[in-house]
Formats: sequence, structure tokens, C-alpha cells
Amino acid sequence: MANESSLLSLEGISKDFYGNVVLEDVTFTVGRGEIIGLVGENGAGKTTLMRILFGMPVIAETGGFKGRIMLDGKQVAFTSPFDALDAGIGMVHQEFSLIPGFTATENITLNRESMKRNVACDIFGERMSVLDRARMRTRAAKAISRLGVKLDPDILVSEMPVGHKQFTEIAREIDRSNVKLLVLDEPTAVLTETEAEVLIQSMRMLAAQGISIIFISHRLHEIINVADKIVVLRDGKAVKSVPVKGVSVHDIATWMVGREVKGSSSMLSACSEKVFLKVDNLWVDMPGETVRNVSFDVCEGEIFGIGGLAGQGKLGIPNGLMGLFPAGGNASLDDSPVPLNDPHKVLNNHMAFVSEDRRGVGLLLDETLEWNVAFTAMQAKGEHLIPVLGGLFKLRNERTMKLLAEEYIKTLEIKCTGPKQRAKELSGGNQQKICLAKAFALKPKLLFVSEPTRGIDVGAKAIVLETLRRYNKEYGMTIVMVSSELEELRSICHRIAIVDEGRIAGILPPTAEIAEFGLLMSGEKTGKNGDAA
Amino acid sequence: MNPLKKFEPLKFISDNIVTVIFLALTIIAIPFSRLSGIYILSNLIDRFARSAFLVFALILPIMAGMGINFAMVLGATAGQIGLIFAIDYNVMGIQGLLLATCIGVPLSIFLGWFCGQVLNRARGREMVTGFILGYFMDGVYQFFGLYVMGWLIPIRTREVMQVTGSGVRNTLALGPVRGGLDNILNLQVGPFHLPLLTFGVIAFLCLFIIWFRKTKLGHDMRAIGQDQGVSHSAGIAVDRTRIMAIVISTILACIGQIIYLQNMGNMGTYTSQRQAGYFAAAAILVGGATVSKATIMNVFVGVFLVHSLYITMPIAGKEIFKSAMVGQYMSDFINYAIIALALVLHAWRNKRNADLARAGLRGHADKDSALAAQAGAVQ
Repeated sequence: MANESSLLSLEGISKDFYGNVVLEDVTFTVGRGEIIGLVGENGAGKTTLMRILFGMPVIAETGGFKGRIMLDGKQVAFTSPFDALDAGIGMVHQEFSLIPGFTATENITLNRESMKRNVACDIFGERMSVLDRARMRTRAAKAISRLGVKLDPDILVSEMPVGHKQFTEIAREIDRSNVKLLVLDEPTAVLTETEAEVLIQSMRMLAAQGISIIFISHRLHEIINVADKIVVLRDGKAVKSVPVKGVSVHDIATWMVGREVKGSSSMLSACSEKVFLKVDNLWVDMPGETVRNVSFDVCEGEIFGIGGLAGQGKLGIPNGLMGLFPAGGNASLDDSPVPLNDPHKVLNNHMAFVSEDRRGVGLLLDETLEWNVAFTAMQAKGEHLIPVLGGLFKLRNERTMKLLAEEYIKTLEIKCTGPKQRAKELSGGNQQKICLAKAFALKPKLLFVSEPTRGIDVGAKAIVLETLRRYNKEYGMTIVMVSSELEELRSICHRIAIVDEGRIAGILPPTAEIAEFGLLMSGEKTGKNGDAA
Repeated sequence: MNPLKKFEPLKFISDNIVTVIFLALTIIAIPFSRLSGIYILSNLIDRFARSAFLVFALILPIMAGMGINFAMVLGATAGQIGLIFAIDYNVMGIQGLLLATCIGVPLSIFLGWFCGQVLNRARGREMVTGFILGYFMDGVYQFFGLYVMGWLIPIRTREVMQVTGSGVRNTLALGPVRGGLDNILNLQVGPFHLPLLTFGVIAFLCLFIIWFRKTKLGHDMRAIGQDQGVSHSAGIAVDRTRIMAIVISTILACIGQIIYLQNMGNMGTYTSQRQAGYFAAAAILVGGATVSKATIMNVFVGVFLVHSLYITMPIAGKEIFKSAMVGQYMSDFINYAIIALALVLHAWRNKRNADLARAGLRGHADKDSALAAQAGAVQ
């Protein structure tokens, strides 16, 4: 398979996590000095593929992988990322892994510092050597110059603009003497357009020096701009592996997302034109899901979908509005303002939330189902309590709690031994139904559901989605649903907003073309940010 | 920071508020105490020689991001065990101190290694864990002092033994080793008495710390102190390095406690180690160190300020309230209050920085208004 000139070839890579197939027969080669653009939606398998390449321990712990990796014509099997580094493969992560109080030089040479031996080394070992700062600086300056950028080696990372941090990381990788292949994971995601342009120039320079690059990005025009070859992953398969020549952004977007959608929007209830939830200039400081500036309106009786790639801020929106993370801006429900940063008031304000963090935020794992279902209603609204001595203190009303739990076990078809079973003993799908029951017990007018089908099987998925649809139709409950699965959003929502870089990139009807969604997710196009219901 | 940045007096004060409060208290206390400058200064020199070494023990763990090493009490305990043996075997002077060091240092290495193991399992909660470890050590030490000594290990000297006939006395006179280091090389300059050898030891320690920061190990500690995750992914042995920081700190605390006690001349067998911990923590914080940043300068400033207050406060209390007890009470009270204040301020600064970072979420226009709101909230 691998020809003489190819540096790395992946041959028939397959990987499953306990039967759940994430990669299937992925094969492609990387030539010397070649830039490969690797694209795919979240969950398409990019991360797993890179983990396999780097020999991350998590792969071996979960049963290894099938297929083989050839580097320089020899089969390699790394057992730790350090082996991969020794073999000349460098990785630049999406999040900066830099020490903020260190200078560019100190970061570039981190743990590979030039040292001068002294007497103490003989007694206490190499780590007592004194750093040779002059040599370290020369090395750093050399690595920076190979990138073709201007960067002061003595500046502290904490005082650098974002773009320089990215260059510092890349410089750290190419400071290794034997580096042959660089993996850049979303390096441009945090950069401004001009910074990204400079980075792309640097990538070309490195490729010209014979260093191969695997460039992972969701900004498709950058891929087209810089890559020699494109590999598109979808649902664990390499669906396309083509030279970049003649390929358009639209093509890639279609390959990335392209699959048929089951179910149609015709089953949906009609929603009114009346604006129910109005969000203006919302920001939320949720780590890893920062929301920068988001405005949207949701109509009464609507199912409003929020999609987008992981880390772009879609999860931050419900978490911020429900007061779980620090937030600012304005929001109003039915013309009355929504108090931010106060979960108790929000719950009393006819809003409820089914969190994506089912086991952490959603459930009291060690408690019974009746407790779980009644808990929020009890805490927020004081229901299921019996006042004693004129309300001096209150006792739990076990009887109504049991009735409530039984009611939901029946209507949501929760598989369990009864209301006294503990939440942690249920399967993922049934746990999710308990979370829904807990939110429904509040009788909310507006329900936020976040990743309702994550980690549950296909059958349970359908029931969860059907339940949401039914509550929307029968009780007129307005629902804001956040999901990474576009297909799911398109099957249930009236309108879908796509979040990109903490902002709404556009709002589309579910019938819009798949490529449209793909372009919005890639930040290629900013749609009409209007009320295109 | 930009060197051209203007010096802002208000910001300087707010950044060094602990030091400023302490300085103000001392300046107020001095005239009330009616002590002469010469008296205060000669006392300061004596006390500096006595306690500076102890405070240096805290620098490395702060550098390695483990906060204030309250578990330095373990090292101090090891030093005291060494001294108990030196007194019991009646080894005099500097030889006694060297014997105490030879017994204390291996013990400190073991205790520091143990402590480091525990702290690695209590990541992010090092300070409170270290604090409790100190209490745990108290129990072990009391068992050793009250039962093991005199039962498994015979006590040879009557002055060491309790009146009841077993265990080590509550207060131990260190007559044989008193001034063992201080009195070897002395210089009398006017009214001032300068223990040159002790100063030499402290100077050597300063040079060691300056040199240590430049070594690979010191560099790794700084890296780990800022980000353990990044350091680990760069291949630095994080856990091992953290243990080394604690071991070195424990050894320094052991030697520091021996120097402290040879100057004092007597030892509260079951209490001195704990006082050493509180004193060192208060001193380094008063000197302007934070839970995440400490320099040699912080140690010097802190030791001088804390002792200035210790010297003047009881006398000032006596003059104002006609009771020396009130003054003594005040200086103890301030000691604990300063630790609490510094910890609260550290948490507050972290929160303020998080708020400032948050203000940048939406770009410059919003940042300015958020900063204005922040300023309003502060006022």
C-alpha cells in the first residue's frame, strides 16, 4: 500500500469501544512534506484516530485497535505518547498547553532544556544541572524563525496575544530535532482571520522544509487553501480521500454531514407567532463552552433546536440561562425578565432544565426514583411537603411522591422495579427518562433539554424524542433542545440555530439543505440571524 | 508587565495589603511601647538570626504550587527529636547540634516523603491536608515522647525525664547546646551583637535557593506550580517533583527548628513545633508572599515585620491597657488573623481575576463597561 515516498500510512484502522464502533477500516497515507486536511463532524472519529496514532493508553485499556500504522516504511505500535514524540510525531492541541508564567523560550524548550552539568549532578542526578539560558534562547529563536513569524522569545505567555500562543506551541514541537510529522488539532479555532492567515503561511513553510502536517479544522476554506489532500471522516469511515484540487467548500460540507434524515417536520404542532423567550446579548462563562454574544427569540409552543460543534458554546446557553454558570445579558420569558445566576428563581419562573450531565447534575444516583422525580419540585416549589405545627417545619409527603413517581413511570414507560429502586441501577435511557420526569414534575412552560439522547441506545432515543414531541403537542410546552446530533434536531425542531465560536451563526428551518448546516458549523457562512420560522 | 507602566500607589497598596496593614500596626505600636530604637534593632537582629531559616522552608512548596506547607511541623518535630537525644546523651555545643541534625535530617526525609505521598493524593487541598497532618504528627510525637522514651528507649539524664519517672518533660532546658551556633563566631558592633556564623548559614541558604531556582529541578517545580497538566504532558515527573519539594522543605524546617531552639535555650517539648509552623506561615505572608508566589525578599521583610510587632506589641499593650497579657494576646491574635486574611485575600484575588477574564468574553466595548461595573462594585 505505502509507496516509497510516503511517510506515514494508516492501513485498515478499526476501533470499537465495547462493541460501539467508532472507526471502521480507515486507510490513508501522508507523504513527505504533504499537508493533509482531516475533516469530520464531532464523533466522526478524528480524536480516536489521533489517539491511536499517538498510542494513548486509553486505546490499549479499551482493547486496542485493528489495522496497522507504518512510519517510514516500518510498522510502529506506540505504547505512550512519549514514544510517538520520540519517533518524530508532534501534536499541537486545541487547548493551549503552555505554562502561563513562563516565557516563550521556557515553553518551547519545556522539559528539553539545555543544561550545564556541575558537581551536584554527580551526587543528586541530572536534575541538579543548571539551565543554559543562552542556548535555550538560541534554540527557541531558531524554531520560531523556521515558522517564519515574528515572536519575542522573552515574552511571557500570559502577555501574548492568542496567535502567538499558537505559534509558541508549534515552535515547541518543531524544536525537537527529529520532527517529521505534525498534527495540528483545530489550530485556527481561536485565531482571528489575519492570525489564521499567518499560521497557514507557516504551515506552508514547514511543509516546504519537508515536515508533513495533518491539519484538523472545521474551517473548510482553510483546508482548501492549504491542504494537498483531504480526508473526510463520517461515522468512523473515511468516506473521501481526495486531492484538494477542484474540491469546493460546498462539496466537503456535504460529505461531512451527508446522510439521509428520517422523520419529517410535518408531525410537528403549529406554533404561534408570539415571542415567548427572548434572549439578548447573552454571555456565559462555562469552561470549554463559552457563550460570547447570543441573541434569539423562541415562539410559544415551539421546539427550538440549538446545534453546532462541541466547544462552540451551545451547551453554555441553557446552562447559563438556568443559572448554573456565571452569565450576563438580558433574557425575558413571556415579557417578564429572567433572573440570571439564580437557579432557584429560574425554576420558580416556569422554566426547567434537563442537563447533559445526567449523572452529575441530573440525578441523585444513590436515591430512589420517587425522590429523584419529586426532588426539584420539592426544593423549588415546596410541593410534596406536609406542614407541621403551622408550618414551623415541614415533612416529606411520601404518599404524593410515590403517586407522582408511579405516574411518570407509567407515562414514560420507565423500566424499573418500582418507585423505590435507586437511580443508579437504571440503564442510561431510563435514567434519562427520570431526568425528563423530574423536569416535567415542575410543570414548566419552557423546558431546556441538553443532549437528551447522548449515550443511550436507539430504542430509548426514539422514546425520549417522542416524549418531547408529545409534551410539546399536548401541553403546548415550549422546548429548547440542544444537541450535537443534527439529524435528531432536524427530525423534531421547528427551527434550528447553529452556534459557532460562542455566537449564533444562523437560524435555519429543518428542511434546509444539509450543506447549509455544514457551512454554518464551519463558520464559512453567517446566515440571516432573523426569525425565519 | 510593561516596564513603562506607571506606578499606581493604590494598586501597589491593594496588592500588598497584608504587608501594609502590618507595617501600619507596627508604626502605631512603636511610640506607645516607648522602646528605644537601639533596643528594638538589637532585638530584631537576635530574632532574625533565630527564625529566618525556618521561614525559608516554605519557599519551595509555594514555588511548586502546593501552597503554604503547614506540614513543615513534621520537620520541626524531627529537629526536636534530634535535640532530645543530643541533650539526653549530654553532647555539648556545636557537636550537640550536629548530632541533632544527623538524627533529624534522615527522619525529616522519611516524614517528608510520607507527607508528599499523602499530599499527592490530596491534590488541590494541600494546605488543609498538611495542616491536619501536623495534628496527626502531634499524636505520633506525643506517643514517642511520653511512652517510647523511658520505656523502649531509656532516658539517661534526669533533667530530661518527667517527674513521674517516664517520658520527656514538657519543658526541656537546652543548656548544653544553647548558643551552640550563635556563640561560635561573634562580633560586637557598638550595642549590637552579631552572630556571624548563624548569618553565614542563612546567607548560604539564600544562595542555595537562588542557585536551586536555576537548576532543572527548580525550573520543573516552577512549571508544575503553574500547570500540572501541561508539565505532565511535557514528560516532567510531576508527583516525584512535588515529593522532592516537600522533602527539601521538611529538611529545612528540621534544621531551622534546631537553629531556633539553640537560640531560645529551652523548648516546649510538645508545643514548640506547632508554634514554628504558625510563625513561619504568618511571617512569609506578612512579607508579601501569597499562596502561589514567594521570594527571598518576602522572607526578609516578613521576619523583620512580624518580630517588630512581637517586640513592641506586648510593651505597648502594657502601657495602654496596663496589662502585658493584653499585648501578648494581641500579637497572637494578629498572628492568626494575618494567616486568615491572606488566605481570604488570595481567594478574592482569584475571583477578581476570573471576573476580569470574563469581561473579555465579548471584546473591547463590553470589557470597558464590565471594568467600569467592576470598579463600581469595588467602591
